[in-house]
Amino acid sequence: MSQSIEPAIKIVHMSKSFGNIEALRDVSLEIYSGEILAIVGDNGAGKSTLIKILAGALTSDEGQIIIGDKSYNFLSPGRAISLGISTVYQDLALVDCRDVASNIFLGREPVYAGFLVDRRKMQKEAARILEGLQINIPSLSTQVGLLSGGQRQGVAVARAVYQGGKVIIFDEPTAAMGLQESAKVIKLLLKLREEGMAVIVISHNLNQVFEISDRICVMCHGQVVAICKTKESLPNQIVGLIMGATVKEAYNAAGVYSDEAI
Amino acid sequence: MKQYKRFLMMWDQTFSQILLGLVLLITVILLGLASPFFMTWDNWRNILDQSALQVIIAVGMTFVICTGGIDLSVGSITALSGVCMAVAMHAGVSVEMAVFLGIIAGAIVGMGNGLLISRLNLNPFIVTLGTMAVVRGVALIITKGIPIYGFPREFTWLGNGHIGPLNPPMLMAVFIALLGALVLNQTKLGNYTLALGGNEEALRRSGVAHKLYKLIIYTICGITAAMGGMVVTARLNTAEPLAGSMFELDAIAAVVLGGTDMKGGRGSITGTVMACLLLGVLRNGLTILSIPSYYQQLAIGIIILVAIIISELRLKNAPGHGNTIYLGG
Ligand SMILES: Nc1ncnc2c1ncn2[C@@H]1O[C@H](COP(=O)(O)OP(=O)(O)O)[C@@H](O)[C@H]1O
Ligand SMILES: [Mg+2]
Repeated sequence: MSQSIEPAIKIVHMSKSFGNIEALRDVSLEIYSGEILAIVGDNGAGKSTLIKILAGALTSDEGQIIIGDKSYNFLSPGRAISLGISTVYQDLALVDCRDVASNIFLGREPVYAGFLVDRRKMQKEAARILEGLQINIPSLSTQVGLLSGGQRQGVAVARAVYQGGKVIIFDEPTAAMGLQESAKVIKLLLKLREEGMAVIVISHNLNQVFEISDRICVMCHGQVVAICKTKESLPNQIVGLIMGATVKEAYNAAGVYSDEAI
Repeated sequence: MKQYKRFLMMWDQTFSQILLGLVLLITVILLGLASPFFMTWDNWRNILDQSALQVIIAVGMTFVICTGGIDLSVGSITALSGVCMAVAMHAGVSVEMAVFLGIIAGAIVGMGNGLLISRLNLNPFIVTLGTMAVVRGVALIITKGIPIYGFPREFTWLGNGHIGPLNPPMLMAVFIALLGALVLNQTKLGNYTLALGGNEEALRRSGVAHKLYKLIIYTICGITAAMGGMVVTARLNTAEPLAGSMFELDAIAAVVLGGTDMKGGRGSITGTVMACLLLGVLRNGLTILSIPSYYQQLAIGIIILVAIIISELRLKNAPGHGNTIYLGG
């Protein structure tokens, strides 16, 4: 983990409400290049809301996103992508009635003769990307809606990887995947970290989280309740925090204390 | 279950067009047998002439329906653009300029529809139902309800001139259909048209200016409707403020009959053109067989109903609508 320098992205005092539901309350978080940051928390903790704001899919009510020396009150999806933030959404954001290649290149279709979409190139590139990720999809002309849950997640992952950038967000990328498929995605996350990207992954699978992450951010009721170094934490503590125990309780119970914890 | 669905989808993609082709063929053969006049070139010229007008309007409608929207105002736009051209020509404006102004009028109405639908996120059905009435009202106010007639030769040629055995509307229809097919299948605009109908939120999150594309699509529909208005006005040498009523129904019928999903995301210009031809042949055949026009209305209404029922049944099994696996959040 290379935490010495500036964070790739900083979130400061972020709040977001839907009507009278406070989905995020004064969340601050830093993400560094070359690390995998896991965000964990119960359903409804605000994890997806947080990363949607980072990805530009939602706008926050308060707070800033700081990238380099620029501070943004909000990002649009196009802006976020051009700033190098790629996202695999929990709902995948796929167009089910379109084929695999159209989905991977959605918004970034290669053209020839100025305005004609280069479908042949899309098919070829899509095949190459999927092969590189070892995602197995029998026919690229299949409509995405006909694929299995795992394959659909594979397509969404392929799109985010194709977009590239320096920050990549995965919102429960392996939830619908089988063991083999998830193993591949895990390998991919490790590879992206190796390449120096900042990787954010939301997961309910604590084994997975402990296996791959450098830091764990625990969210509860819209707040970040703890940010711990994975190496210095125990699964029981994290479970305690997710369940709403205070940091002290969780750590006393486990008999360890992390200085990174809030 | 998966296998069955896959089969249905494979079947589905070419299904409508094959079926449509077969129905067209059978209808033509039956009508040919029933009446010797049916197979004459004069009659076919008539059919193609009628279908051409419908194709021009239905191509724009195909785009709109592919986004999951609808445009009920095309008939009124047809009238308004014709009236605008007529007023301009009677005011001494050149034919080219008058045509241009009429088309612009259609584009503006289309743009208005698009703005209301995309910016204010209003329901296309309600918005265009409103503009249908408003635009018709404007056409009536401009003309005070009285048809305007008598235009220069160059203008009426656009409706009933001769280019070899064909006429200008037919060539216009062919051109618009080819262009429409190219745009829908081969360009970003076409891709985004279908993506708008499939999953607009996904398109938005990809950073595409989805509202702008929606606006463009409704504007295109306004323009094709205005071209329809030009053809009608030129053909009759009259600008009728009440022209084009029920055109929206014909256009929607042709689009749905052609296999485009009412909920958007999937569509075909080829299908639309074939459906226009089928409807043209049917109308013509029923007339030749001296079936009273109210029965024609009934017959065509039933065909449209059947098309919509088939379309809905297919949709129930199609991915992307209703039975998608959403993983929460
Ligand atoms: N678009 C929305 N409209 C209303 N409430 C929402 C919306 N999105 C999320 N919420 C609410 O915000 C809270 C946080 O949701 P979310 O970020 O999806 O949680 P998580 O991803 O951690 O399970 C939940 O209570 C959820 O019901
Ligand atoms: Mg979530």
